[in-house]
Amino acid sequence: MKPFDYYTVTSVAQAVSLLSKHRHKAAVLAGGSDLLAMMKDRLEGPKLKLPAALIDIKGIKELSYIKEQKNGVRIGAGTVLADIASSELIAKRYPLLHQAAGQLGVPQIRNVGTLGGNLCQRPRCWYFRGKSFANCFRKGGGTCYAPGGENRYHAVFGGSNCYIVHPSDLAPALIALDARVEIASPKGSRMVPLEKFYVGPDKNILGETILGPQELLAAVEIPAPAAASRGAYLKLKERQAFDFAIVSVAVNLSVAGGSVGQARIAFGGLAPVPLRAVKAEAGLKGKALKDAIAAACKAAAEGAEPLSQNGYKVDAARGVLEEALLSLA
Amino acid sequence: MAKEEKDPHEHKEQQKNPLAISRRTFLKGVGTTAIATSITIAPLPLPSAADAAPPPARREAWIQLTVNDTVHRLKVKSHWTLLEVLRKQAGLTGTKKFCDRGSCGACTVIVDGRAVYACSFLAIAADNRKVLTIEGLLQGGKLHPIQEAFLEHDGLQCGFCTPGQIMSVKALLDKNPRPSADEIKEGLSGNVCRCSAYPKILKSALAAARRG
Ligand SMILES: Cc1cc2nc3c(=O)[nH]c(=O)nc-3n(C[C@H](O)[C@H](O)[C@H](O)COP(=O)(O)OP(=O)(O)OC[C@H]3O[C@@H](n4cnc5c(N)ncnc54)[C@H](O)[C@@H]3O)c2cc1C
Ligand code: SF4
Repeated sequence: MKPFDYYTVTSVAQAVSLLSKHRHKAAVLAGGSDLLAMMKDRLEGPKLKLPAALIDIKGIKELSYIKEQKNGVRIGAGTVLADIASSELIAKRYPLLHQAAGQLGVPQIRNVGTLGGNLCQRPRCWYFRGKSFANCFRKGGGTCYAPGGENRYHAVFGGSNCYIVHPSDLAPALIALDARVEIASPKGSRMVPLEKFYVGPDKNILGETILGPQELLAAVEIPAPAAASRGAYLKLKERQAFDFAIVSVAVNLSVAGGSVGQARIAFGGLAPVPLRAVKAEAGLKGKALKDAIAAACKAAAEGAEPLSQNGYKVDAARGVLEEALLSLA
Repeated sequence: MAKEEKDPHEHKEQQKNPLAISRRTFLKGVGTTAIATSITIAPLPLPSAADAAPPPARREAWIQLTVNDTVHRLKVKSHWTLLEVLRKQAGLTGTKKFCDRGSCGACTVIVDGRAVYACSFLAIAADNRKVLTIEGLLQGGKLHPIQEAFLEHDGLQCGFCTPGQIMSVKALLDKNPRPSADEIKEGLSGNVCRCSAYPKILKSALAAARRG
């Protein structure tokens, strides 16, 4: 790795004050499971530089907790993934988040990786991760290698110039649960729906979120589950271990009197952002779940624009959604 | 190495990273949405003198690392990994370096009771932590029951991944002394064996659990 200035901070105030001092030259270091690999690979491009300073937030005690509060549960951004996966509170109140955390990565990653790091991790597009592809749009260059290259894991929705898929398992789960994130900056903090935290390449080709260079993700808040709600997280992958999702789906439904009340569905692995399936949700509301499944799955795949090798993802998306809905019917 | 040590501040380009400009321009662009969907909930307390002054930047530091119950005082560079320091400074080469990207498991050690990839852990961040490596399993020259089980059930072929596999078994059994076969598969899912000795690794781990 290239040498860097290393800071250990013990409070959010310290972290954001250092971030605003260094701006884009610094990076937040949480578990390091993603960031350090990128630094070892020396990934750089016209507008992607190796950080000159790392601000290690592992020493901030106030960022590591899972708390029940009046209107739901709040999880600090520094909480390690293993603690989320093994939390009884999460398993009881939000089974779909419990399922997503348990299927994520491997024990060694869950033991160091944090909630904040999982939501802010960089894309896995192999051209983005390849040092020899420095001219890719996401590194500030002038091309995308995916449409004319190996693109079987790339996006089938929402790719314009760049066809990454958002790699996080927790993001679709938390979006289906209608979570909000707290973003801290030197001026104070703001709450943003997690869904709005992510932006596609048409809005920002150089990053996946709305985080400014002086900002830190501080916490995630999940509202209390609606009455009679049920949820499932399903992940399709090539190998049982180590793998990111080819397609994953998070479904959060409330069913009363035999018909669907609320429905929130979010896909992973399909688009540059965790993708809400708004049409499928609309197709379920007010209907008897079993009767509405076929139409909802069809609606979810509408508008897909596959590349040369990833058309199978459209069928896969329908398939995982169908399986998830059947498991809840 | 000389290249390795080059100060990144010397790179002019880095000083004026265009990423920032584009990010800022972008933020301006979506400013309206950002404001519409966010509310300022609480200003952070204005940094008090103690709070505002974060510790200074470090490029190297003395760390105290307890490895296998022995306390080491080591001078490390900020960009060195725990794996490099265990192997090169502490002289403990049982922990293996292979992919060096947190994707194979050869470097698995136990830090404060949890299995981690030593290649993806900064040494400077391991200050004051307790590390257990494969060497630490040996008690008075006698192999640990997990090691015995691997020998007896032939839980290896070339042996390169074995220290990592054994450390994952150790971390698992410390938490769950009687795991099912599925729990063992899950516990060892972060350790790749290129010889594909998985069935015998599983058998060894099951036997180790019975011995435990
Ligand atoms: C072998 C392997 C398998 C994996 N499999 C999966 C999988 O199946 N599913 C999945 O979802 N993920 C998977 N991952 C990714 C893994 O979940 C992430 O690497 C991890 O969650 C990142 O967390 P971290 O704390 O280590 O982040 P770091 O590596 O420390 O940081 C990651 C990024 O987030 C930024 N960051 C971290 N915390 C904050 C914060 N609080 N505020 C602002 N920015 C922040 C950092 O600056 C950096 O850019 C896998 C990774 C590996 C290596
Ligand atoms: S998909 Fe995005 S990250 Fe991958 S090569 Fe194209 S522009 Fe780069």
